Amino acid sequence: MEKAMEYALFAAFFFYLFSTIAYVVAVTGKASRVGKEVHIKRWGKRGLILAMIGGALHILFTVIRIGISGHFPTSNMFEFTAFLCLSIVIAFIIIYFIYRITVLGAFVMPLAVIMLAYAAVFPTEVKPLIPALQSYWLGVHVTTVAIGEGALAVGFVAGLIYLLCWVGQGNRAHTRTASLLEGVLAILLMLVGFVLLSASFGGLGYQASFQHTVDGKPVVEDYSMPPVVSPINSKVVAMDSFPGLDKALFEAPSWLKGEKAASKLNTVIWSVVSGLLLYGLLRLILRRRLHVWLYPLVKNLDLEMVDEVSYRAIAIGYPIFTLGGLVFAMIWAHEAWGRFWGWDPKETWALITWLFYSVYLHLRLSRGWHGLQSSWMAVGGFVVIMLNLIAVNLVLAGLHSYA
Amino acid sequence: MENTKCECGHSNPVGTTLCEYCGKPLEEESASGQPLEMRYDGKARRSQTKNATWVDHVWNFFSSVKVAIWLILITLIISALGTIFPQERVIPSGNPDVYYKQKYGTLGDLYYNLGLSDVFNSPVFMILLGMIGISLVVCSLDRVIPLYKALNNQKIEKNPAFLTRQRVSRTESVSEADRGEVLKALSQALQKKRYHVRTEGESLLAEKGRISRWGPYINHIGLIIFLGGILLRILVPGWYLDESVFVREGETKKLPEVNYYLKNEKATMELYDQTDSREQASKGQPLVKKYETKAIVYQKDPNTGKLKEVKRGPIVVNHPLKVGDILLYQADFEANQTQAIQLQLTDKKTKEDLGKFRINLYDPAKEYALDKGIKVRILNYFPDFVMEGNRPTTKSENPNRPAFVFEVMGPKLKKSEKSWMIAGTNLDDISKSNRYAIDLSRLETVNTSGLMVRIDKSLPIIFTGLGIFMVGLSMGFFWYHRRVWIRIQDGTLYVGAHTNKNWFGLRRELEQATQAAGLPLSFSPEQRREE
Ligand code: HEM
Repeated sequence: MEKAMEYALFAAFFFYLFSTIAYVVAVTGKASRVGKEVHIKRWGKRGLILAMIGGALHILFTVIRIGISGHFPTSNMFEFTAFLCLSIVIAFIIIYFIYRITVLGAFVMPLAVIMLAYAAVFPTEVKPLIPALQSYWLGVHVTTVAIGEGALAVGFVAGLIYLLCWVGQGNRAHTRTASLLEGVLAILLMLVGFVLLSASFGGLGYQASFQHTVDGKPVVEDYSMPPVVSPINSKVVAMDSFPGLDKALFEAPSWLKGEKAASKLNTVIWSVVSGLLLYGLLRLILRRRLHVWLYPLVKNLDLEMVDEVSYRAIAIGYPIFTLGGLVFAMIWAHEAWGRFWGWDPKETWALITWLFYSVYLHLRLSRGWHGLQSSWMAVGGFVVIMLNLIAVNLVLAGLHSYA
Repeated sequence: MENTKCECGHSNPVGTTLCEYCGKPLEEESASGQPLEMRYDGKARRSQTKNATWVDHVWNFFSSVKVAIWLILITLIISALGTIFPQERVIPSGNPDVYYKQKYGTLGDLYYNLGLSDVFNSPVFMILLGMIGISLVVCSLDRVIPLYKALNNQKIEKNPAFLTRQRVSRTESVSEADRGEVLKALSQALQKKRYHVRTEGESLLAEKGRISRWGPYINHIGLIIFLGGILLRILVPGWYLDESVFVREGETKKLPEVNYYLKNEKATMELYDQTDSREQASKGQPLVKKYETKAIVYQKDPNTGKLKEVKRGPIVVNHPLKVGDILLYQADFEANQTQAIQLQLTDKKTKEDLGKFRINLYDPAKEYALDKGIKVRILNYFPDFVMEGNRPTTKSENPNRPAFVFEVMGPKLKKSEKSWMIAGTNLDDISKSNRYAIDLSRLETVNTSGLMVRIDKSLPIIFTGLGIFMVGLSMGFFWYHRRVWIRIQDGTLYVGAHTNKNWFGLRRELEQATQAAGLPLSFSPEQRREE
């Protein structure tokens, strides 16, 4: 059964990947033989079907995992991130059936692929639940949050498409918007870089460890990527060789304390550097800025429509997120901890996410923030969600911190 | 008050932008060719018309969405700052003033001094929440009344200028002969789409999903109730209690602040089965499966002073025990706490065993009688022994490191002898000259449960507020208020439509409806731009 589960997720990953390819072919293909319309339609349909098969396999994975573990698989970073990926795919399929914009798939499906790859960076074993998580609210609360965030993520992608389209449509003179957009794309590449590096170093089995003291106690800190930065005042315990790096280049700054702070910083440095390298490489190959290169994919879209897709996705995601991230969260917190709200970092960031999207809605409805501003807000909202997923989980420790 | 008169003859209150009667744009609105601003159907609101007294100023301030957005943004930023370092409530130290500096350096000190270390209980934060609450009340009243009046009093026949300047609109010529037929066909097609259609002369108004417009007000009411619940909980004495208590197995203890007693019958910790294959995942570290306290709750009879059982049951994480308004939570667990010790008295000279005695560390007896007329008396007891300078003392009431000074008396002793005993310390040297030795023979351990004692009487209000909020959100986001005005005048068919969200759906619906009515019209945005 465990094997079947692994295969299901593995297959889902590849179907998402194939779906991405189909969508990219749909929007980039020359299609002289059958004509543009037919080409887009045909490949768009293939992309959609592949995405749906991927989603079905992903659901199968989830069901088997429930069978094995007896609880809903949202109890650690791997399970949650994988479920978030599934939610993005589902939200995309729903939005697709409302608006039937093929290009959306060419942008959402790569995000799903990255998300699932990111999930696989974390330990994937099935673990029994600690007492605090033994409640059906684990499934109810976390899945609702993830589904809401999935829809919000689709809102982000549509926002991004809007920006690409807007800058491309003769608004290139607007250099600030263009540079910001380029920056967002570079940051996305850093996420890709992180995933690629984790997979490669993980595959190589790279390991290094340092000994240092935290709060007067000696601890050993493990690295899964070659140490560019070492913990302050630390000794090397073991370090696999890596070309050009026989010791850490520098020490973590003194204000960065905490048990795993240095290895996290190391990972961040690797991600940023690899993202920038990827970016540079793409620039060299493509010989133009990324948003310029991406523009032809989106140039036939109607801006007003894209704006509405983004808003619609957020209008679906917001109530669901509210239900999961605030209402269910409060009910469960009340049952488990005797207080419905405790200002735990994770809770606080859910509130921040919610407040952010509330601001988005008010600006849109009452202050006429449509189109450009609204799309930037959609991008910002996703940044907040990612902060909560990545930074808060890994950096700020709290009751919720999975890792 | 000065009124604005429309050319249709209707007098509108100051501040109205679209004539209440015929919808014709008034004032500068009429100049541009842009789609009309349809919010609140152009009705005048109090905040736009009154600006004389201080009440008006306060009203206008709180009814402004701009102000609301700033309030929410400031709350957001402060919340984010509050997560940089752990809040005071969760730090493992009772002295935040030194803790932050020591652990996080200058930045931590700054954090503490700015009040960010306890920001969620700070007056600034409370004031922000209060202002959001006031803003919610004022802005809702300011808007919901004019909106209600506008939607309840809609005229069907609108000025053509109103129709052509809708975001979705279309004009088409129709022959005199077809007029009646066209209108009837359109009306039927729209009814099929579940519009509520009203006609008047050559005009038609089709409307659906008005409930969507009340969504924001309902959700704001939910939020107001929610905030009200929190306020009550802070203000009303007895509505909120947050205490904790540790109870040993076998012990009966009064619960803090409430008139109940609790007996911990048994406290258990269960581990996951290590042989289970899944368990191997955690590399041999035992994982806790369950914490449980079997509890009996009593109430004291005021007359007899006797304890009367009121409730009995298990307290498990995620499953609190409810007694009246009180909820008891399993929050902490300390395994194998020493509760009593058993000591052995020996005659060093004769190697004779003179018996054992048991000391309850929480409630030691004064004197213990042993075999052969020997008595041991406790002269001094330090449950949590430390030396302060050269004076022995105790750190707390918990027997973490019990120490005793005994006096042993017996027929064979001329003078009673003193004997020291400190847990974990070998003191043979001190009492070398003593005839009797006291040695530890057995430890008696029990588990201790840490329980939270909570009362929160505002919970029903808070969750009702949240429920109403969700209802409001659903009404606002899953319904759409769509209106279609159609008018035939001088051989021209005017169609104008408005929705509060989801324009694409409205356009598609109109295209389908006109198609069904045998008069296919395109409502795509390009078409509008071309016109
Ligand atoms: C955290 C607090 C708040 C939340 C979560 C919230 C939520 C919402 C939501 C979900 C909507 C519907 C938006 C849409 O349909 O796109 C809305 C609309 C609105 N909100 Fe709030 N709101 C909050 C505070 C406020 C405050 C303090 C004001 C005071 C000025 C305000 C004024 C409005 C107005 C005027 C509307 C538009 C109503 C309409 O035109 O139909 N909101 N709010």
